[in-house]
Amino acid sequence: MNLAWVLTLGALLFSIGIYGVISRRNAVLVLMSIELMLNAVNINLIAFGSYFGDQAAVGQIFALFVIAVAAGEVGIGLAIVLMIFRNRETVNLDEVDLLKW
Amino acid sequence: MSGHEVIFAIVFAVAGVAGALVVSSRNVVHAALFLVAALGSIAGLFLLLGAEFIGWTQILIYVGAIVVLLLFGIMLTKAPMGRMALDNPKRGMAFIVAAGTFGGLTWLIWDAFGEKEIPLNTAVRTADIGRSMFDRFVLPFEAISVLLLAALVGAIVLARKD
Repeated sequence: MNLAWVLTLGALLFSIGIYGVISRRNAVLVLMSIELMLNAVNINLIAFGSYFGDQAAVGQIFALFVIAVAAGEVGIGLAIVLMIFRNRETVNLDEVDLLKW
Repeated sequence: MSGHEVIFAIVFAVAGVAGALVVSSRNVVHAALFLVAALGSIAGLFLLLGAEFIGWTQILIYVGAIVVLLLFGIMLTKAPMGRMALDNPKRGMAFIVAAGTFGGLTWLIWDAFGEKEIPLNTAVRTADIGRSMFDRFVLPFEAISVLLLAALVGAIVLARKD
């Protein structure tokens, strides 16, 4: 199987995630796009891991670390989103501009 | 085309289409369900590349836990429907940025790795991952567990009513 095609899938999902993070207004949808980007990174790690094929499985272990960080990130992110919703009755990111200017 | 390549083509198509629908769907719940399809097909890709443990971990943690958590988030925040409520009006610029990133990355990838083939005859056993994790990577593993504990405490502190 060609390595470049697998990496292209990673690049495609990462770009889709970038589009989602910039264009979405709803905070939960932005978190979903971030999950897509983290998964694209995992694809790269796994692809290079099986391309180099070392005995210690370094690529897969780093992918596990990325999954753990993603789980922590989505937990904290949703807690913040719920906090914002409780205080301001909205999760529209264009209206959450307390720290801007 | 070998069997691996046929399955990879299917995975590529499903993940690409489902990912595009995640960021363009007008219904928030549909976006979460398309996210399940994208993450599930990526788990299939991991199985295809011989990363059995990561593939099943992906299904357990992403599809089983993270998407459910996101659905709870959607439910608790009463997300509105419709394009104007969900998308920024300036999404053309976002498309340009994303297309530029994709073009640049794809050009670099094909320039650097265009001819390289992944050897698919070996699968990494879970025992190897465990041995490596608790031998060579035990310190990052402990750091990750501290990070998860901090995230747990932080989420409780942020989300509780006081």
